[in-house]
Amino acid sequence: MAASETPAVILFESVSHALHAEKLLKAAGVKCKLIPVPRHLSSDCGVCLRIDGADRDRAAGVLTDRLDYFDIALL
Amino acid sequence: MKMIYLDNAATSFPKPPAMMEEMNAFQREIGANPGRSGHGRSIDAGRVLYEAREALAALFNIDDPLSVVLTKNSTEALNIVLLGALAPGDHVVTTSMEHNSVMRPLRYLASRGVCLSVIGCSPQGELDPADLQKALRKNTKVVVMTHASNVTGTIQPVAEVGRIVREREGVMFCVDAAQTAGALPIDVEQMNIDLLAVTGHKSLYGPQGTGALFIRKGLEKKIAPLMMGGTGSRSEFEIQPDFLPDKYESGTPNALGFAGLCAGLKFIAGHSIAAVREKEKQITAAFLKRLYDGCPEATVYGPADADRQTAVVSFTVRGVTPSDAALHFEEKYGILCRPGLHCAPSAHRTLGTFPQGTVRFSFGFFNAPGDAAMAADAVRDLLKG
Ligand SMILES: Cc1ncc(COP(=O)(O)O)c(C=O)c1O
Repeated sequence: MAASETPAVILFESVSHALHAEKLLKAAGVKCKLIPVPRHLSSDCGVCLRIDGADRDRAAGVLTDRLDYFDIALL
Repeated sequence: MKMIYLDNAATSFPKPPAMMEEMNAFQREIGANPGRSGHGRSIDAGRVLYEAREALAALFNIDDPLSVVLTKNSTEALNIVLLGALAPGDHVVTTSMEHNSVMRPLRYLASRGVCLSVIGCSPQGELDPADLQKALRKNTKVVVMTHASNVTGTIQPVAEVGRIVREREGVMFCVDAAQTAGALPIDVEQMNIDLLAVTGHKSLYGPQGTGALFIRKGLEKKIAPLMMGGTGSRSEFEIQPDFLPDKYESGTPNALGFAGLCAGLKFIAGHSIAAVREKEKQITAAFLKRLYDGCPEATVYGPADADRQTAVVSFTVRGVTPSDAALHFEEKYGILCRPGLHCAPSAHRTLGTFPQGTVRFSFGFFNAPGDAAMAADAVRDLLKG
């Protein structure tokens, strides 16, 4: 699988933040989907946004300064 | 007998049909615990809350929906601010026209060493911003005041006070908009409001058990939460999250209620606050005029000017106690109103109506224009028995 097709997930402080980010990313044309946080990344019961690995930088650009905290991890 | 509901200042009635439909649909089709579990329905429930934040943010010109904390009413919102921000030695300023949801927490805090200044208002209930300015001290931490009185409808000069408070570094300006959110334009930027408490069940046309608190970003560092517990975030930690809005939203929220509030907010936005205001102003003006022309025995408290008040009118009729009058209005005309002290004893002292109180008629979006005349004529006929 090419690196660009590896999915990445964006982790947030809370579901409210994830929903806010989903809205911002969709408005910017970045494809994303809310999924439960994979167990190996966090024991938190929350949700995260799955994006295409190739969209990592774009997503970070959209969210920086608009959300206090988020983290992007490759799956 | 037809019912004429004139108690909209207590809670609006009826509600837009869409409010009930949205609540029904939520419970049938979503029904999950928002933000806890990560499955599709839980996310959908979370979306309902997010939409409520977003719609509230749009209505009050709040730039970040996440700075809108969802509460059960404005009382909770005000208690979060007052109990969370004020410590012994701090100074807080308020007005003599406040509702008990402000006054009682402040009296409690005063008994615990917080310094409290209550600024007197005119006999019409109007605050002179200069009086408030004079009361500010070095250790003033919060200025809290109502946007409009629930007793007389008197609209307070919130924007002017906001300008005064903005010039004082470190002072937070908190507005109780229980009576005005949805009924008058509110812009937290233009009015320099740091903390805005609103309730969902009055002029936002949502169900009871919904409310919100806007907290200007950064101020969450200065305000301790009232309750702590599960938030669906940071579950691996045993300390309360310190960020907005989760810091103040412990426990399973009233998602069902917020589904209804979303419909109420859409209803208000669809009509526009300007149109709602115009409609309520006209009915208030018509009532005041007919009451003046037809009933010289009635005394109206407050501005008695529809431009300077919300759709709330307080009055007494010579020789009749408010409770007798209210009973008569209900039995003879089907008019539902509120007699007495309206949860604001110091406001009644300001108006000179303590302890007997007043009769309060409060109009809403769903009152027919003809209700104003019927209500005024009912007052006129009161003395005829
Ligand atoms: C001015 C004012 N503040 C606060 C409140 C409290 O609102 P709630 O009972 O929804 O908390 C009310 C209404 O009862 C009010 O009129």
